[in-house]
Amino acid sequence: MSTATDNKARKAPAGERVADWADGRLGIYSLAKANMRKIFPDHWSFMLGEICLYSFIIIILTGVYLTLFFHPSMNEVEYHGSYVPMQGVLMSEAFASTLDISFDVRGGLLIRQIHHWAALIFVAAMIVHMMRVFFTGAFRKPREVNWIFGFLLLVLGMFTGFTGYSLPDDLLSGTGVRFMQGAILSVPVVGTYLSMFLFGGEFPGGDFVARFYSVHILLLPGIMMGLLVAHLILVFYHKHTQYAGPGKTNNNVVGMPLLPVYMAKAGGFFFLVFGVISVVAAVASINPIWALGPYRPDHVSTGAQPDWYMGMPEGLIRAMPGWEINLWGHTLVLGVFIPLILFPLVLGAIAVWPFIESWVTGDKREHHILDRPRNVPTRTAFGVAWIAEYIVLLIGGGNDMFAQYFHLSINAITWFVRIGFFAVPVVAFIVTKRICLGLQRRDRDKVLHGRETGIIKRLPHGEFVEVHEPLPQGKLHTLTAHEQYKPIEIGPTVDENGVERKVKATEKLRAKLSKGFYAEGNQIPKPTVEEYKEIQSGHGHH
Amino acid sequence: MSSQEIPEEKHLPSEQGDAHHGGVAVADDPFADPGLPVHKPRIQDIDERAAKRSERTVAMLFTLSMLATIGFIASYVIFPVDKIVYIFPLGKVSALNFALGMTLGIALFCIGAGAVHWARTLMSDVEVADDRHEIAASPEVKAKVLQDFADGANESGIGRRPLIRNTMLGALAMLPLSAVVIMRDLGPLPEDKLRHTMWAKGKLLINQNTMEPLRPEDVLVGSLTFAMPEGLDEHQHDFQTQIAKAALMIVRIQPEDIKDKQELEWSHDGIVAYSKICTHVGCPISLYEQQTHHVLCPCHQSTFDLSDGARVIFGPAGHALPQLRIGVNGDGFLEALGDFEEPVGPAFWERG
Ligand code: HEM
Ligand code: FES
Repeated sequence: MSTATDNKARKAPAGERVADWADGRLGIYSLAKANMRKIFPDHWSFMLGEICLYSFIIIILTGVYLTLFFHPSMNEVEYHGSYVPMQGVLMSEAFASTLDISFDVRGGLLIRQIHHWAALIFVAAMIVHMMRVFFTGAFRKPREVNWIFGFLLLVLGMFTGFTGYSLPDDLLSGTGVRFMQGAILSVPVVGTYLSMFLFGGEFPGGDFVARFYSVHILLLPGIMMGLLVAHLILVFYHKHTQYAGPGKTNNNVVGMPLLPVYMAKAGGFFFLVFGVISVVAAVASINPIWALGPYRPDHVSTGAQPDWYMGMPEGLIRAMPGWEINLWGHTLVLGVFIPLILFPLVLGAIAVWPFIESWVTGDKREHHILDRPRNVPTRTAFGVAWIAEYIVLLIGGGNDMFAQYFHLSINAITWFVRIGFFAVPVVAFIVTKRICLGLQRRDRDKVLHGRETGIIKRLPHGEFVEVHEPLPQGKLHTLTAHEQYKPIEIGPTVDENGVERKVKATEKLRAKLSKGFYAEGNQIPKPTVEEYKEIQSGHGHH
Repeated sequence: MSSQEIPEEKHLPSEQGDAHHGGVAVADDPFADPGLPVHKPRIQDIDERAAKRSERTVAMLFTLSMLATIGFIASYVIFPVDKIVYIFPLGKVSALNFALGMTLGIALFCIGAGAVHWARTLMSDVEVADDRHEIAASPEVKAKVLQDFADGANESGIGRRPLIRNTMLGALAMLPLSAVVIMRDLGPLPEDKLRHTMWAKGKLLINQNTMEPLRPEDVLVGSLTFAMPEGLDEHQHDFQTQIAKAALMIVRIQPEDIKDKQELEWSHDGIVAYSKICTHVGCPISLYEQQTHHVLCPCHQSTFDLSDGARVIFGPAGHALPQLRIGVNGDGFLEALGDFEEPVGPAFWERG
């Protein structure tokens, strides 16, 4: 191979020469110096973000394949493919080509099903990943921007899913599109205009599949790709958070290097996720459009259900009373418009929390040690209340299914959702806070009195006690590493000269919230060294 | 964010981690960070035979993946695309889909499992610590950047020449208007499109099942009949859009059971015709309860009483279904006596 340069002392191996070439143009050595052995902490909950990433990649790969065969056209054609029950039926080209992908393209059905399953898992994984970030406080400074990027990915993911499953133009998805069009019509003043512009005229017209197509395969994934890359760059740049533990401080990051361990684990995990989704797609059919038939605005399948992530708006619209106000020749369709407004509000409630929390604490420091949810009772309670609200609305979205399954009347479920919409989050908040405080107390006891050993000892005077074993120092440290805020005080409202000081309403609110978050009774003071020493020295004598 | 009134920092806890950075255990503090625990070797680290076993497991997984890929290609060639097989407990499934999905899944999974097993058992699992550095720049860097910016802005003269600044902002602000204007042809203006359907005086009611014009005697008590206007053909290009508004449902009710006066007037011999499109968000109504004359929308369960002007008796719909006035023509066929008098389907701002 290398005859001409044999006289040189040493010839760099081929890989090194390629790297040299690239370094001279891209500066890869400097890049690798900082990153190749970058440390990543390991914890199962950090894999949730990876599932999001991998399902997104799977979606892109399978989606590109589908575009090779799908015809985004609403022209009506007569079907003559190999699915016998649909022979001769009039349908849009979009529907016909989806049948072709399912029945005539070898492997097409598999790719379709992987694509759909991956989309469901993608949105689910994003929500769970978001919950892990929320409950551990990983959104605190410096990660607020990444929190917002992530939230945008979630919202865009939901809309990408919606536009995607509308493309085959089948009876079920068409019903969903009609639902969306009806909701758009309810927008005051501009609703009819929006609907006409979106559909190129009256519903359904002949345009929406082609329009949804470019939104689904280009616009939204393009934006998401940008956000996702930014999201990951920030994860790299900030370095990953870690849970408290021996040797872990706010100024370091403890784990294993990117090359080789993290790369092998994360890379391997991609294949695991892809493999599992493939097997699911092999054994569980999803969106069998051939059983539904092509869309006709005057036909409907019973038990029409959207993909699960759209169940929340579905619940809102089902539970809302049909209010309509007619005034001065105009109609305010509150029964549909209010759910349309509540949808982003309910979803967005979780997104603004980090900013409320940082305003209340006034904490401007960086945080890299994750919270245990119990140690931040108010935040945890809010998160659980939000999840509870979401579940109430999902139940509302499937009210007919629940009614059938549990032999309840739809009326009863609707009223449950109406009342539960207000009551359940409140109850969930209170109960969660209590549980957190209970767990904090338990940690406190564990630190002060040690771990229960399960060994019962009989004292000389006949009393039975359980032997407690003091915790090792690492454990003591872990359980006491968390910070505890004190509620902020407004201070005297009259200054030393007796002149009244004006306190802004926002400041009063802030002080009040701070009290609700951190005052006595809203968190259990963690044990102090003095308390510990006192109890430990008294031990055994008792 | 102003918080002048409240002295900052006072309520903040002491810096986390700082006090015992580096894990130097303070003798006096039982809660102090003892530092990273010493690394415990795994069996593979001390026993070469165990390491060999791990190596073989990983290699076996990778080999399995190769076999599965061969299986994928073989399935693709062997199974006809339309072959259906029975597989317990899935039932009847496409043989090709099942075989391709399983082999692909195994091929992928084994690569993943192999890599993860390799990482967990054979790669170093010593935990190391890296330092973090504050994200915010040092005051010197910040001062330098601000100075650079000021210099740049100064050299451009943007502050000194408001004429340039203002016209530039104006030009940039106006430019997107073109992008907005060019969207105009996305669709027509609504005008009164949503107020009209194909129905008109004299149009026959075509039975959607038989595609024949309906006679009064075809409409039986207790049955729900779907109809569309004469002249609407499935093959015409705007069929979907027309049927989305014109779809009709017809029932026969004993005239004495009809509670609404106008409904009775617009009916023929107890036959009433209503829009099939739900007034909530537009699903087609499909269920009919003959005893009560209630119809139910399957989408969100809005229920309308067809014997009482189709008013809403349950569910999220906001107003009654529009009724079509019908009669019988000279040849004894049911006919429309005009269009709907109010818009069909979901409500909108201009509906009034
Ligand atoms: C396309 C969807 C998403 C992808 C591909 C993705 C991917 C990732 C990955 C791989 C990580 C690092 C590992 C981890 O901590 O799990 C991460 C971290 C993070 N994600 Fe996401 N994520 C997505 C959506 C979201 C959402 C919906 C949120 C919240 C609204 C979010 C907020 C964050 C934050 C704040 C971090 C930093 C956490 C830390 O360092 O502890 N992400 N993301
Ligand atoms: S569309 Fe009929 S109830 Fe919602």
